Amino acid sequence: MHTYLDFEKSIAELEGKIQELKALATQGAQQGSSVNMQDEIGRLEQKVGQQLKETYAALTPWQKVQVARHPARPHFVNYVGKLIEDFTPLAGDRAFADDPAILGGLGRFRGRSVMVIGHEKGWDTQSRIAHNFGLGKPDGYRKAVRLMSLAERFNIPVITLVDTAGAYPGREGEERAQAEAIARSTDRCLSLGVPLIAVIIGEGGSGGAVGLAAGSRVLMLEHSIYSVISPEGAASILWRDSAKSQDAATAMKITAQSLYEYGVIDRIIPEPVGGAHREPDNIIRVTGDAIDEELRDLEKLDAATIRKQRREKFLAIGRSG
Amino acid sequence: MSWLTNVVRPRIQKVFRSNKETPENLWHKCPACGEMIFHRDLEAALKVCPQCGYHMRLTAKERLASIFDGGEYKTVPLPAVPLDPLKFRDQKKYPDRLKEARSKTGMEDAVLVATGNVEGVEAVVAVQDFAFMGGSLGMAAGEAIVRSAEVAIEKHVPLIMVAAAGGARMQEAILALMQMPRTTVAVQMLREAGVPYIVVLTDPTTGGVLASYAMLGDIQIAEKGALIGFSGRRVIEQTIREKLPEGYQLAEFQLERGTVDMVVHRHQLKETLGRVIRLLTHRPKAGAIVPFARVQATR
Ligand SMILES: [Zn+2]
Repeated sequence: MHTYLDFEKSIAELEGKIQELKALATQGAQQGSSVNMQDEIGRLEQKVGQQLKETYAALTPWQKVQVARHPARPHFVNYVGKLIEDFTPLAGDRAFADDPAILGGLGRFRGRSVMVIGHEKGWDTQSRIAHNFGLGKPDGYRKAVRLMSLAERFNIPVITLVDTAGAYPGREGEERAQAEAIARSTDRCLSLGVPLIAVIIGEGGSGGAVGLAAGSRVLMLEHSIYSVISPEGAASILWRDSAKSQDAATAMKITAQSLYEYGVIDRIIPEPVGGAHREPDNIIRVTGDAIDEELRDLEKLDAATIRKQRREKFLAIGRSG
Repeated sequence: MSWLTNVVRPRIQKVFRSNKETPENLWHKCPACGEMIFHRDLEAALKVCPQCGYHMRLTAKERLASIFDGGEYKTVPLPAVPLDPLKFRDQKKYPDRLKEARSKTGMEDAVLVATGNVEGVEAVVAVQDFAFMGGSLGMAAGEAIVRSAEVAIEKHVPLIMVAAAGGARMQEAILALMQMPRTTVAVQMLREAGVPYIVVLTDPTTGGVLASYAMLGDIQIAEKGALIGFSGRRVIEQTIREKLPEGYQLAEFQLERGTVDMVVHRHQLKETLGRVIRLLTHRPKAGAIVPFARVQATR
């Protein structure tokens, strides 16, 4: 069943009607009826297409938050499943545990070996709990550091898929130096002598996102968000009113379009009409194309140049005004 | 050296002395034990309660004066940053909040950087002032930290970072978040230059500040009693749906968990910093008389 967002009400109604007509048509055909509903269905489908196009071309920042968190939005395992051959998951931080919220492994991407690391939020209640909703613990960031170092040792580029509301704010994280783990992971991203392509595929939430997103190139899906704090968090702290999330989402400039303008990200990956969740295969392929293009650019460079460019890129953020 | 201007020679006593000494504030009440402390005594004790040892927060200037020899230092001019590029407004306009913080603290932004001697060794000290919008890390603080690293590298002297902040400055949103990787680049530059980077975590250091430059020190010192943690206490309690014990996330707790190298009383901080940087840079003990032959040999 498709999950409709609150601003998709009229689209939901139209698609509901289409479903009904289709069901009637099949029923009618079985009973030998000659009533033709194809014209009406076609007309409605066109209308849906038009509405989706218009709605998604003018999403407000808060609507983008909802799209970025859509339960059917493709996530880490979908991307890996479609883009990576010979995927070989690698587990554990060698110190405490394997964090199921941050996954990683070796694989083959369009002919070359790569290391893929990313947040996994899960896809249904059970898997969401199993992956702790993509909220990484120190062990996850320490695993990321280990995998990045492994990749660097064998001159293998790194791809990170960022999709988290933030790092896990619970006791275990706190008691195993969550902050240090994130800092070291960011540090490792920034010192890597191999290319690191970071793609924000859904939510880029605060430090928990930065720890995997300090890449040579930072790409963002058209309706993804990247933010210092969740709009809900900002609303309750700055507005002292959790109902002000929409205002917070607008004020914080969390959309790919704004972030591109401020030089925080390097590229926007266009989503299919109606959002990534409507055509997962499409967005995964287009994302793969974008990663491939960026990698081809960077693969020619030596380690020192890769490091230098990445550093200069981050130092330049905000300096031009 | 053009970047060294604004020579200030504040004597510690002068810095700690309030300008408007009205009879009401001649006495201070310790927030921990309630003891009434005469302001001169409090200044002399670097704002540590003589009765219970509670460490009250220092301003950036007080902190600099307490670390540099004789309270003497030169402030380093810091780069200007664009004002409010996001045109941020919550209940108030961000530029208005900045103006308020500036007039309240007399600082341009949350971080001061200075050079001088610490126990006879030249060093750069960067201090974050919690009184300036919660010490928050925005573009100005980020540039100040990058600058402090550059100065330490140019002079090839240690950088001491005295951190205090709630986290990233929300009014600068993503541009504040980007200070996490930017300041991390600064730490990498220090590392490559072989310049010691000592972090002092003071009350409180949390959030994105702790999750970047403030946890990447060669030596991590926590000041006694300081609150140090990634997530706020309330957020953790909401997440786990239980009350946290007393003393959770305090410096002593972090020492026990292995997060920091040591917890230091403010009265021992200057001496500790001096000792650590002398050891890391192969210098003799402070005030030690080096035999003439040794001096010859090391030339
Ligand atoms: Zn007291």
